[in-house]
Amino acid sequence: METIETEILSVTGLVQGVGFRPFVWRLAQRLGLSGTVRNCGNAVEIVVCGPLDKRDALAEALRVEAPPRARVEGVTRIQGSPSNYMDFSIAPSGPGEVTAGIVPDLATCPACCAEIFDPGARRYHYAFTNCTDCGPRFSILSGLPYDRAHTTMASFSLCLACRADYENPADRRFHAEPIACPDCGPRLHFVGGDGQDYVGNQAFEVALALLRCGGILALKGIGGYHLACDATREDSVQLLRARKHRPTKPLAVMMRDLATAARYCALTQEERQALVDPSAPIVLVNRQDDSSLAPSLAPSLSPGLDRLGVLLPYTPLHHLLLDALAFPLVMSSGNRSGAPQVFEDDVALRDLAEIADGWLMHDRPIARRLDDSVVMVSAGAKRVLRRGRGLAPEPFLLAEDFLKAPPILALGADLKSAFCLIQGGRALLSHHLGDFNDPDSAATMDAAITDYSALFTHRLAAIAIDLHPDYRSADLGRRLAHDRSLPLIAVQHHHAHVAAVMADHGLPRSAGPVIGIVLDGLGFGDDGTIWGAEILLCDYARSRRLARLRPAPMPGSDRASLEPWRNLLASLDAAFGPQESMSRLHAAGRGPVLADRKISALRAMIKAGFNAPLASSAGRLFDAMAALLGVAPEIQTFEAEAAMTLEALARQASGEASNLPFLVTEVDGLKEIDPEPMWAAALHRLGAGEAPLMIAAGFHAGLAAIFAQVAVDEARRQGIGQIVLAGGVMQNALLFEALTAHVRAAGLGVLAPLRAPANDGGLALGQAVIASIRLMEAD
Amino acid sequence: LAHGGGGTAMRDLIERVFVATFHPEGTPPLEDQARFDLAAFAAHGDRLAFTTDGFVVEPLEFPGGDIGKLAVCGTVNDLAVGGARPVALSAGFIIEEGLELERLRRIVTSMAMEAARAQVPIVTGDTKVVPRGACDGLFITTTGIGVIRPDYQISIAGARPGDVILINGSLGDHGAAILCARGDLALDVTIKSDCAPLHDLAAALLQAVPQVRAMRDATRGGLAGVLTELAEASRVAIGVDEAALPVRSEVAGVCEILGLDPLYLANEGKLVAVVAPEHAEAALEAMRAHPLGVDAAIIGKVAAEGRPGTVTLINRFGGRRAVTMPSGEQLPRIC
Ligand SMILES: [Fe+3]
Ligand SMILES: [Mg+2]
Ligand SMILES: [Zn+2]
Ligand SMILES: [Zn+2]
Repeated sequence: METIETEILSVTGLVQGVGFRPFVWRLAQRLGLSGTVRNCGNAVEIVVCGPLDKRDALAEALRVEAPPRARVEGVTRIQGSPSNYMDFSIAPSGPGEVTAGIVPDLATCPACCAEIFDPGARRYHYAFTNCTDCGPRFSILSGLPYDRAHTTMASFSLCLACRADYENPADRRFHAEPIACPDCGPRLHFVGGDGQDYVGNQAFEVALALLRCGGILALKGIGGYHLACDATREDSVQLLRARKHRPTKPLAVMMRDLATAARYCALTQEERQALVDPSAPIVLVNRQDDSSLAPSLAPSLSPGLDRLGVLLPYTPLHHLLLDALAFPLVMSSGNRSGAPQVFEDDVALRDLAEIADGWLMHDRPIARRLDDSVVMVSAGAKRVLRRGRGLAPEPFLLAEDFLKAPPILALGADLKSAFCLIQGGRALLSHHLGDFNDPDSAATMDAAITDYSALFTHRLAAIAIDLHPDYRSADLGRRLAHDRSLPLIAVQHHHAHVAAVMADHGLPRSAGPVIGIVLDGLGFGDDGTIWGAEILLCDYARSRRLARLRPAPMPGSDRASLEPWRNLLASLDAAFGPQESMSRLHAAGRGPVLADRKISALRAMIKAGFNAPLASSAGRLFDAMAALLGVAPEIQTFEAEAAMTLEALARQASGEASNLPFLVTEVDGLKEIDPEPMWAAALHRLGAGEAPLMIAAGFHAGLAAIFAQVAVDEARRQGIGQIVLAGGVMQNALLFEALTAHVRAAGLGVLAPLRAPANDGGLALGQAVIASIRLMEAD
Repeated sequence: LAHGGGGTAMRDLIERVFVATFHPEGTPPLEDQARFDLAAFAAHGDRLAFTTDGFVVEPLEFPGGDIGKLAVCGTVNDLAVGGARPVALSAGFIIEEGLELERLRRIVTSMAMEAARAQVPIVTGDTKVVPRGACDGLFITTTGIGVIRPDYQISIAGARPGDVILINGSLGDHGAAILCARGDLALDVTIKSDCAPLHDLAAALLQAVPQVRAMRDATRGGLAGVLTELAEASRVAIGVDEAALPVRSEVAGVCEILGLDPLYLANEGKLVAVVAPEHAEAALEAMRAHPLGVDAAIIGKVAAEGRPGTVTLINRFGGRRAVTMPSGEQLPRIC
C-alpha cells in the first residue's frame, strides 16, 4: 500500500470523558482523513494521514468545534513516519493511561432533550437519557479509570440496541458510559408517605399529582435529593419552610426554560449564558415582580431580597416534570435543618420523612453528594459562589511556576468547606463539602480526599491549614499530617483569600506582588486577633498588612455574628462612647433598634474584655449598619443574611447616594480606616429624614471608595499595577462593582474571584499555592 | 493579715483559725502527718484511691459556696466518681498577705462544716502566707484518700456502644454563679452554685447499679469536657439529646447574653454516669431518689456507629452539631 504524509497531533486540556474521540472521528470522516485516535495519559493522541490542508483543517477544527465541555489547551503537531490506514478508527487506550477522564456532570444536551419529547424515539419520555455530550459523570463515578464498570451504572447491563449505539463511532452515544434506555436502564419509582409504591410512568404521574396539589416532593437528582414544590404557591413554600425549620433562607427555583426564566426575572446576556451552560448552576438574578405574570412567584421564596436563585432543568426527569407542570418548582436541597443534602435512598426516606409528602426516586445510585453550584454575574463576569455539581472536579490550570510544585493538600476553612490538591501545575479544588459543624464532615472530607487523591499518583509533600487554632479543618489537617509524617503549613486566612484569586487567574510569580483588598467575615490574623477587612501587600509566598478597618469588639463572640444588633452597639460605642452613642441614636430617631436590649451587660463585657474579642471585620460592619437601618433579623438564620438584606435595600436607591465618609489614620505604621465619621454622618442624615435606603447606598459607596482609595494609594507608592479583590463580602455585587469601578478608574488592573468562590469555599486553593511556593522556596 | 516568715504570728494564726476550726474538741494532734490503721482500710475495699486538686476562684465567696467548700467538695467528688468511699482529706492553704482574718475564718469554718456534713475529716494540713500580689487572696489545695470496693469497675475508658448517659441535674450553675458574682459583668441575677459533695449520691447510684461503667464529675470544661474525654478514652461516638439537657432558665439567660454555651460551663455538684441500657432506669431512679439528683436526666447515649472520639449534639429537629473543646480561649469561628 502506498504511504502518505502522516502526522501525530497531541491534544491537551480537558479532553477525556467529554466525547472528544468520537468528535475527532467525525471530523476525520468529514475531512476524509485516515488514522487513529486514542486517549493517552493526559492527552488525546491523533495519528492522521492525508494532505496538509486537510490536516490543517483538522487541527483548526479541534479547537473551534470541540465538544461543549472540552477545553483544548494545546495542540502539538509532529511529523510521523509516512504510513497508511484503511480508515479512521478509535484505538483502545493503553492500560492505566486514562487518568484525566473525570469530568463534571453535564446538563441534558439539546439532542437528548429533543429525543425525550419525540414520540417516535426509542427513549421517548425516558428520564435517564444521556449521551457523550451530556449526563451524569462525577456523580456516578465510583472508581478509575472512567468506564462503565467504575460507575454506579455497572449493574445495568446494556441491551442490544444500546450496545450498538455504544459501539458505533458515528453515534453520539459512542462510548457514553452512562448510556441507558427504557429496556435496560434505571427506572423511576415513587414512594408515598403512606408507604404506597409506584413504578415507571405511574410513579411520574403520581409525583406530578402531588406537586399539583401543593405537596412537597423529595426528588432524587444528580448529586443528591431536592425538596420540590410549586414555587407559585405561598402556602406550599411556607409549609416547606416550616418543615425544614428554615424561616428565611432563599430557595432556588427551577424554571421550565430560558423564556420562562426571562419572564420572572430580568436577565442580562451573561446571565442567560450562565443559565444554559452545561454546568446548569443556580444563577442569582434580579427578580422581577410583575403582577401581570400568572401565576406569580410566592413572595417568601427570598424574603427581603431582590435576587432569586434560578436554574434550568438539567436532567431528562426535570425536563419531563417541568414540561408537564404549569408552574416553576422550588428546588431546595433535601436535608434536615443544618444537615448536608442527602444522597442515599435509605437516608432520604428516613431523614426527609417529616418534610416530604412523597419521594420520586430511581435505582441509579449517586456515588457522592454534589450540591448544586451557585453562580452570579457581577462586574460583567460569571463568578462562582458555590462549586458543586457541574463544576467539580474540573482542575484549575496554574501558572508555569507551579509545574514542578510539590503535591500539597490544603484543607480550607470550617464553613463552606472544600479542600484543594495541587500538583504538576494543576489544582483540584474539591466540590462544596458543607460545614464542619456537621459531625459527619470530617468523615465526608476524608472520603472525598481519598476520591480526589486517586487522580494524582504522587505522594503528598505537605498539608496546608488555616491559622485559626480551633478550626476543625485544621484539626483534621494536623491529624493527617501526623499520620502521614508530613510537614504542616499554616496559612493566614486573608492571604489565602488573595492567593486564591491570583491562582484563579493563573497569575505567574513574575507578575510580582499585588495589593489585596480583603473584605470578609472573620479570619484569624498573624497577630492573634481577628481580621476581616484588610489591605494586604502580598505575593504567593508572603503577605503584609498595610491597612485595616478599625477593630470593634464582638460582645458574645460567635453570638455577635448571629445577632446583628450587638455589632451596632459595639460600633456606636467605639465611635462615640456609651453616653453619646445613645443620644445620637435617639436624635436620629433610631432608638428603637436598641431598645429592650441587655445593653449594660454587653457594655460590661466589652469593658471587662470578657468574651468580646476585637475584630476588624467587614461582615460585622455590615451587620451593624443593617441593624441601624432596621433590616437585620433578630438572629441570622443563614450566613450574611443581614448583609444581603442591606445590599437589597441599597439597590432600591434611585439616583446617586452621597458617600458616607470614613477617616484614614495611621497607627504604628498601619493605616486604619476609621468608621466614626461614617456613623456620625449616617445618624445625622437619618435624623434629617433621609431614607434608610439612601443611607444603605451611601454606606456601600463610601466603603468602596475608601478601601479603593487606600489600596490605589498603596499600589501607586509601591509601583504595583494589579489590585486583587477577595473575601466573602465580594459577593456583594453592589460593593464589588463599585470597588472595581474605582480601581479601574485609577488606571489599575482588577483581579477578582471567578471560578473559585470569593468566600471560604475558595480558600483551600489559596492555601495550596502559598504552601507550595513556600516549600519550593525552602528547597 | 501579716504572717509571713513562719514565726509566732503564723503559729497564732494556725491556732486561732485552723486548729480551732478543724479540732474544736481541743485535741490538736500537732504531728506532721495523719496516721491510719491499714486494717480498717482493707475492711472496706481492695483499692486505695488517692487524689489531689488545687482551687483558685474569684470571688472567694459566691452564692452557694466559697473556695473552702469548693475545696472539700471538689476532692470528695474526685474520689466519689471513681467509686471510692472518701476516708480523709488534707488541705494546704496559700494565703495572700492582707486577706481579712474574718473572711479567712468564714471560709475555713465553711470548709470544716462541709467536711463534717460530708463525714470526711480533714486530718492534716499546711498554711503559708505569701506577700501581696504573690497569690490572689487565697489558694487551697486538698488531697483525699478513699477506698474502692472490689466489685466496682469504673473507668473513663469503660463506655460501650448502646450505653446510656445520665447526669444528676442542671448544667452550668457553678460557672454561671461565678460569672454573676464577679460583679463586673453587670448581670442583674443571682445564681447559686451547685457546689456539693457527690459521694453519697454516687454511693446510692452504685448501690442500685454496681455495674456503672464510667463516672466523671463535670467541673471545668463542663459536660462537653467530660463527654469529649469519655468519647476519646472509650473510643466511642456519643450522641447527646439537646432537648433533654437540664438547664435552669437563669443560666440559659446568662449564657445567651454572654454568648456562652451551658455545655461548657463549670459545675461543682454534677456527675455524669454511663450505664448499660438495661440499667438506665434503675440508675435514673436511684439518682432521682437522692436530694442531689432530683433533676437527674438521661441525656444521651453511646452510638452504635460513628467516628470514635466524637460527640454530637442532636437538636429537637434532628439537626446535628459536633461538640469539640476549644484549644484555649474560645475564639469566634463563624466567618
Ligand atoms: Fe473568609
Ligand atoms: Mg442547602
Ligand atoms: Zn445528550
Ligand atoms: Zn438499552
